[in-house]
Amino acid sequence: MSPDRLIYMANQIGTFFRSQGHDKAVPGIADHIKKFWDPRMKRAIFAHLDAGGAGLEPNVLEALTSLKPTTSLPAAP
Amino acid sequence: MSLIGEIDFGTPRSKSETMVTLTIDGNQVTVPEGTSIMRAAMDAGHQIPKLCATDMVDAFGSCRLCVVEIEGRAGTPASCTTPVMSGLIVHTQSERLKKLRKGVMELYISDHPLDCLTCGANGDCELQDMAGAVGLRDVRYGYEGENHVFAKTPGKSNGEINAAWMPKDESNPYFTYDPSKCIVCSRCVRACEEVQGTFALTISGRGFDSRVSPGMSESFLGSECVSCGACVQACPTATLTEKSVIEIGQPEHSVVTTCAYCGVGCAFKAEMRGEEVVRMVPYKDGKANRGHSCVKGRFAWGYTNHKERILNPMIRERIEDPWREVSWDEAFSFAADRMRGIQKRYGRDAIGGITSSRCTNEETYLVQKLIRAGFGNNNVDTCARVCHSPTGYGLSTTFGTSAGTQDFDSVEDTDVVVVIGANPASAHPVFASRLKKRLRQGAKLIVIDPRRTEMVESPHVKALRLPLMPGTNVAVMTALAHVIVTEGLANEAFVRERCDWNEFEEWAAFVGQPNNSPEATAILTGVDPNDLRQAARVYATGGNGAIYYGLGVTEHSQGSTTVIAIANLAMATGNIGRPGVGVNPLRGQNNVQGSCDMGSFPHELPGYRHISGDAVRDQFEALWNVKLNPEPGLRIPNMFDAAVEGTFMGIYVQGEDILQSDPNTKHVVAALSAMECVIVHDLFLNETANYAHVFLPGSSFLEKDGTFTNAERRIQRVRKVMTPKNGLADWEVTIGLAKAMGFEMTYSHPSEIMDEIAALTPTFAGVSYAKLDELGSVQWPCNEKAPEGTPVMHIDGFVRGKGKFVVTEYVATDERTGPRYPLLLTTGRILSQYNVGAQTRRTENVVWHAEDRLEIHPHDAEQRGVRDGDWVRLKSRAGETTLRAEITDRVAPGVVYTTFHHPDTQANVITTDYSDWATNCPEYKVTAVQISPSNGPSDWQKAYDAQARHSRRIAPAEAAE
Repeated sequence: MSPDRLIYMANQIGTFFRSQGHDKAVPGIADHIKKFWDPRMKRAIFAHLDAGGAGLEPNVLEALTSLKPTTSLPAAP
Repeated sequence: MSLIGEIDFGTPRSKSETMVTLTIDGNQVTVPEGTSIMRAAMDAGHQIPKLCATDMVDAFGSCRLCVVEIEGRAGTPASCTTPVMSGLIVHTQSERLKKLRKGVMELYISDHPLDCLTCGANGDCELQDMAGAVGLRDVRYGYEGENHVFAKTPGKSNGEINAAWMPKDESNPYFTYDPSKCIVCSRCVRACEEVQGTFALTISGRGFDSRVSPGMSESFLGSECVSCGACVQACPTATLTEKSVIEIGQPEHSVVTTCAYCGVGCAFKAEMRGEEVVRMVPYKDGKANRGHSCVKGRFAWGYTNHKERILNPMIRERIEDPWREVSWDEAFSFAADRMRGIQKRYGRDAIGGITSSRCTNEETYLVQKLIRAGFGNNNVDTCARVCHSPTGYGLSTTFGTSAGTQDFDSVEDTDVVVVIGANPASAHPVFASRLKKRLRQGAKLIVIDPRRTEMVESPHVKALRLPLMPGTNVAVMTALAHVIVTEGLANEAFVRERCDWNEFEEWAAFVGQPNNSPEATAILTGVDPNDLRQAARVYATGGNGAIYYGLGVTEHSQGSTTVIAIANLAMATGNIGRPGVGVNPLRGQNNVQGSCDMGSFPHELPGYRHISGDAVRDQFEALWNVKLNPEPGLRIPNMFDAAVEGTFMGIYVQGEDILQSDPNTKHVVAALSAMECVIVHDLFLNETANYAHVFLPGSSFLEKDGTFTNAERRIQRVRKVMTPKNGLADWEVTIGLAKAMGFEMTYSHPSEIMDEIAALTPTFAGVSYAKLDELGSVQWPCNEKAPEGTPVMHIDGFVRGKGKFVVTEYVATDERTGPRYPLLLTTGRILSQYNVGAQTRRTENVVWHAEDRLEIHPHDAEQRGVRDGDWVRLKSRAGETTLRAEITDRVAPGVVYTTFHHPDTQANVITTDYSDWATNCPEYKVTAVQISPSNGPSDWQKAYDAQARHSRRIAPAEAAE
C-alpha cells in the first residue's frame, strides 16, 4: 500500500502518544500498529523502514524498529 | 395470534416506594402512594369509564366520566385526579354515578356524528366503548342544535353554512385530523406536550368554541408538528387516525418487534391484517421507548413494499452491462466462482466483506463467520468504522468495554445533561423526548456543538451552549477538565477508589497546564471562556451528570481522543456507575452496537476479543472447525486503498451503501471500479450497486426473525410478520453464498445462531430467544453474574479493573482553511430522513425534506452574493458539488452545514481522506470548502447521474421457448 499514506497514519498515531513521553509512547505506538494493521500494511511500512524510514517521526521509527523483529507475517502472495 | 391488548391504566405509574391500601368495590388494593384511584381500580381489574384519561399523560379531569363515590366524602370526585389514601372506601358504580355518566355521554354524543359503521375507528373507538359501558340508549337533545358535526345546518333544505364545522385536515401524509369527530378531551395536546415535548398542539377558543389547533390554527403539515404519532395514539376517537387504518381497516393480530431505524431501538407492535401491515404502534412495555415513537419508526415503513425494491437475484459480467435476473443458485455460484477465483489469483487476503448495522445480530455474526472461517481472512468491517469506531477504542481504553454505560431510563435521574456533537431531536428523537421531559422537570442542559441544533431550539429547553469551531473538541474537553482540576472540583474520593491514582495525577498535571485553560484555548475553539467555566462547574457540581454524544465527537482526526477525554471527565467527577450519570454514545443505526458486539471489526472476534489471542481463537476454531488467521484484517478505508493498489479485489457488502456513505466518493469509485467482484446484498439498487457484479436482494426487518442491540446494549427481538418478498431472509442468503463457496453453515432458525453466539461470547452467555420472550429484552452483559442483564455498567468497579486516565493533547486536524477554502463544512441529520435515505426517501417522509440544503450564515452568504434558495457550488480539495443554500444563523460565520440524505447532493464528494488516528474513522465533520453561486448540477453530478442510470438497467427477461 502507498507508503505515504501509511507514514501519515503511523505519524498520526505517534502524535497521540507524544504527550505521554517517549517511554510510554514507543511501546504504545508499536502496540497500536501491531493490533490494528493488517499484514500487507505492516509489510509495507516495514519495507519502508528497511529503506531508511524517511518521513517517520523519531518515536514512530523507534516503535517500528522494535516491532519488526517480533512480528512474523505470512509471505506476500 | 391475536391483537396484543395493552392495559390502559388511565394515569401514569407512581414511582413511590411507600405503599397505600384502600378498598375499591369491596376489594382491598395496595398501590404506591401517588397512584390515582382510577389506576388503583384498574390494578384490581375494575375499569372505571373514562375518556380524557390515558396512562401516557397526566390526569386532566375534564370529561367527568370517571366519577366515583368515596365514603365520608361529599360529591363525586374524578377518579383520575384523586390520589389514593390509606383506608379509603371507594365505590365505582352506583345509581347516582350511572346517571351522571349517562348524562355526560349523552352530551358528548349529541355533538358527534353517528356514522360508526363507516368510521375509520370502528372497532377501536373509546367513545363508542364508553357509550356502551354506560348503557347510553337515547340522546334526548337531538342533533339539530348547535354542533361541530354538519357542514351545513341540518333541518334546513337550502342548508345554511355551519360556521362551527371544520373540514378534515389531510395535509399530513400519514394521518388525518377530522375536527367533526373531536370531543376536545385534550389527550392529543397533552401527548404533544408531555410525551413528545414539541408543543405543536393547543386548544383554541373556549367552551363550545374549543378546538384542537395545530400551531396557530394551521394545517398539521404547516405547523411545528413533527409527526411522531403520539397524538394519534392518544386520540380516543376517529379524530386523529392513521391513513393506513382508514384505507385498510382495523388490524386483526399484532406482533411485537423492534424498529429498524436509529440506535434508540423502539419496540413496536406491528399491527397486521394477514401479511399486510396496517400500522406500527409503539409498545408500552418497550424499555427503550416506553410507548413513544418518531415519524420514522411509526410511519415510514412504506419502503418495505416500495416498487423499486429488487426481489430477484441479478448478475452481470461487467458493470457496464445491464443486470440479468437469475435464480438464487446461479447468483450464488457466479459470486462464489468469482470470489474463489480472485483468491487463487491474488491470494487469500484479496477478498473481504462488510457486515450491516441494519441487519440482525445473527446475520452480522454469520457474515463475519463467513469471512473469518470461509474466506480465511479477517477482512471484515462494518459501517461503525465510519461512525462509532472511536467509541470502541476510547471506551475500551479507559473503562475496559466498548459500550454506553447506562440505559435510557437513566435520564430520569439525571440533573445535568451534556450533549456533545449530537442532535437527538433530529437523530434520536424518542430519546430526545425523554430527555426533554427531564429538562422540563428542571435538569440542566449543556450543548457543545458548532451549530444551534434542533435540540437547542426545542420549546421549553434552555441550554448553555458552547458553540465551538469544528475540529476543536479535544481542546474544549481538555479545557473543561482544566477548570474541574484547577478549581478543585474533581471527585478525589471516587478517583482514589476506582481509578489508577498515578495516571490521574499525570492527567491532572497535564490538563492543569495554563495552555489548556479556557482562556488560552478560546482563540482556537471560539468558545467564550466564561461560558466554558460555567459549564464545567455545573457538570462537576450540579448533581448527577450524564454525557451523551454522537458523531460530532467521533468523526474527526481526533475522534478517539475526544472519546477518551469524555471518559476522563466522567471519571474525574465521579459520574460513572449509578443511574443518572455515565457516558452514553448515541448510536446511529439500529444495530450498530450489535454489529460491533458480533465481531464485525477486523481485529476482534465477537465480544471484543482480539483475534491474536490464542485462547479465544482456540474456542472459535473448535466450534467452527477451521484454522483462524491471527492477524487483523483490513478496515474499510484500508480496503479501498488496497483495492486501488490492486491487492483487494472482491467484496461482499451486506446492507450498507459504502459509495454514498463513505468519504471522498471519487476514491471509493476508484476502489470499487478496480475490484473484480462486488457483491451487494440490499433491498434496493443503492449507489454501491452501480459498481456491483452481483446483486442479492435483501429482506426487510418485517420479513425475518432475529435480534437488534440498541445504543443502551439492549438486545431485543425482531419478529417476522410476513414472508420475505425476495424469498429468503438475509441470514439464509449468507448461508447460501457460504455454501457455494464450500463453507457449510447449518441453522434452521436464527435462534440457533444466537445459541452459538451465547456459547462463544461471555457477555452474551445468558442470552437466548426463550429469555428474550420471557423478559422482553436484556442488556448485555447477560450471564451467570447478571442473569437478567445489566442496565448500568461499572457499578462496583470498571470492567478493566481500575479506570484509566489518558492524556489528551489537542492536535489541529490537517484539514485547514486557507484563502482558497476559507469555510468549514460540517454535516448532520434531519428528523424525517435516515442516513443515506435509502429507506426514508422511498416513503412520504420526503414531504418534510425533499433535498439536502447547505446552511450558511447571512454574513458569509452576503459576501458571496448568495440568496436563500440559490444554487451554490460547494468545493473542497477532494471535489465539488452543487446544492441549494439556506441562509440561517443556526451556523456561525465561517461554518457551513449540510445533511447527507440524498445521493444527488453527493455531500461525500466533498469530504476528505483524513481520518481518526486510532481507528481510521473518517473526518466527515470538518472539511475546508469554498462556496460560489452556481447555475445547477456540477459536471461530476451529471456524469455520476448518467453512470447511475446506465448501471441500473435490468435486461428484459428472455421469452420462454
